Amino acid sequence: MKFIDIITSAIANSFRSKLRTGLTVVAIFIGAFTLTITSGIGTGVTSYINSQVSAIGAADVLTVSKADDAAAATDDGPAPYDPDKATAISLGNGSRPGSTIQALTTADLDTIRATDGILSVDPSVQVTPEYIEYADSGKFELTVNAAATLTTADLAAGEQLDNESTADEILLPTNYLDTLGFSTPETAIGETVTIGITDFAGTAQQVPATVVGVQNETILGAGAGLNQTLTDRLREVELSGTSVEAAQSYATATARFDLDATDAEITAIKDDLADQGYASQTVADQIGSFETVINVIIGVLNAFAVIALIAAGFGIINTLLMSVQERTREIGLMKAMGMNGGRVYALFSTEAVFIGFLGSALGALVAVGVGSLVSNILASTVFENLPGLQVVQFAPSSIAIIIGVVMLIAFLAGTLPARAAARQNPIDALRYE
Amino acid sequence: MTVPVLSARNIGKSYGSGANRFDALTGVSVDIHSGESVAIVGKSGSGKSTLMHLLALLDDPDTGELLVEGTDAKKLKGKEVNRLRNQDFGFVFQQFFLTANASVLDNVVLPLKIAGIGPKERKARGMAALEQLELADKARNKAINLSGGQKQRAVIARALVNNPKVIFADEPTGNLDTATGAVVEDILFALNKDQGITLIIVTHDSDLAARCDRQIYIRDGREDPTRSPEALAKPAGGHA
Repeated sequence: MKFIDIITSAIANSFRSKLRTGLTVVAIFIGAFTLTITSGIGTGVTSYINSQVSAIGAADVLTVSKADDAAAATDDGPAPYDPDKATAISLGNGSRPGSTIQALTTADLDTIRATDGILSVDPSVQVTPEYIEYADSGKFELTVNAAATLTTADLAAGEQLDNESTADEILLPTNYLDTLGFSTPETAIGETVTIGITDFAGTAQQVPATVVGVQNETILGAGAGLNQTLTDRLREVELSGTSVEAAQSYATATARFDLDATDAEITAIKDDLADQGYASQTVADQIGSFETVINVIIGVLNAFAVIALIAAGFGIINTLLMSVQERTREIGLMKAMGMNGGRVYALFSTEAVFIGFLGSALGALVAVGVGSLVSNILASTVFENLPGLQVVQFAPSSIAIIIGVVMLIAFLAGTLPARAAARQNPIDALRYE
Repeated sequence: MTVPVLSARNIGKSYGSGANRFDALTGVSVDIHSGESVAIVGKSGSGKSTLMHLLALLDDPDTGELLVEGTDAKKLKGKEVNRLRNQDFGFVFQQFFLTANASVLDNVVLPLKIAGIGPKERKARGMAALEQLELADKARNKAINLSGGQKQRAVIARALVNNPKVIFADEPTGNLDTATGAVVEDILFALNKDQGITLIIVTHDSDLAARCDRQIYIRDGREDPTRSPEALAKPAGGHA
């Protein structure tokens, strides 16, 4: 029997008992549907996070800080005082109040800069402007997204910040627009806003900045982005009036390496920094821990779907065993006519695989339909405040994998009945009443 | 003398074991020559079907040996046995064994499908076989919708479609009324005479048996000595 004949016969056979095949298909459908939806949620959430975090974007950046002092292990009590070490510094926004890490000094920055593979190092500085003002709109509080210089923003209009530019550039989040009096994101581009900041002596000063872009709201690091030039200028204003000798210290620094660096090279750089006493993380490392949590949740959901599929597998076994029972004579006849056991086996396994395909393809198809619909509804209601979030998204590759896996489960479930069919003795089968 | 198509030497077959052991066939020897029509006659349970199954290589004998054109069947590989059954043998059963919901044509071309012949040739040869049995107009009908006589003709078409050397018929008229039974008999004997197909008919119908060139009487798993050719040669014997 030719391969194509086996397939067409198997398909025809599976439609012979429509109700029974139909019910089995429904069982598989449920499993495949669930699996597709959970994987869709996984894809959707992951891709949202990725778009948010392409934010934290730049793949050629390491965030470097002083590694925890080995001597400061809890058992040993505080480490002996070392006058050469910089004082502890608060991490600022987001860290536990009062918690500190060892600060980076200018000497540390030089050491990091000298490390193999590091192209440049910038200390991360935080500025705290008082307000932002545009035309006659009035003064509003300005929150600065400290990570903005390192990131690729998800833009609603305009361009990314240019750190090389000598102009003072600012990137506004979409929710600032109405307040400041811009009707659309496009109208804000190129306009000059005024940033108010207080210097060391307590005198309010004003710095103008040009709006280069408007950024969609993100779940990470809300606030306006400032380019390096504007940050430096604001810091200069903030520090004006302090003693020049005052040593500068920074919580973290941003080191750039070659964008084309391989994973191995990046690891080498990190190891090198670790040996010198610095902890460093790439953006991927930072996102990684976040994604792990989401992957665990998706994994648990998938496990439930797989349990449903295993149950459906027993449905396939049952369906095909009944089918073998019903077609005993036919199998006997085919064997009497010279069909070998292998082909009989292939015929029944193909039927199982086909039932698996039918259930999984329908399940995946309906899941894509329902998922997209629900996702669109949610995007315009519950998740309205998170623009760009499509909770359920489908990757063709993962759908193909799901269908493939279900067909594999179906094949495995079909082996038992197919073996029973292949082993039948033609005489017994023909005598069977 | 030519080599017999099928030759059974002292073959035996039993089922079960111990106290339940049942000898279906003991020490039967038969030679079947090409172009013959042979009836295997006996009551139900006599072992006549078992003999046919052994001759058709559907089952292996426990004792004795079976030769296919002079070759010991035990030495044939599974593949060759399948090829023999597919191409050299045709089967006609009392219960038809047609797939009820498939078309008549699909039923008839099943042996060709198993042999791996392409759909075009399958259809052509299937239609030719149906035409020969005057069933061409029923080719698209479902097998379940045929009358008994039509079903048996479809089964004969299926047995014929691969141009077999031997047709095995197990009670071919058992489920048919006398008139349709006679038609089916005529068809089988015409195939034997016109195409030289060897015919092996298992039956308990003495009239059908009488139309064959030769009869082998089986009783309690043995050849019936009272009706052996030697016994029948005597004037006291029954009609032959």
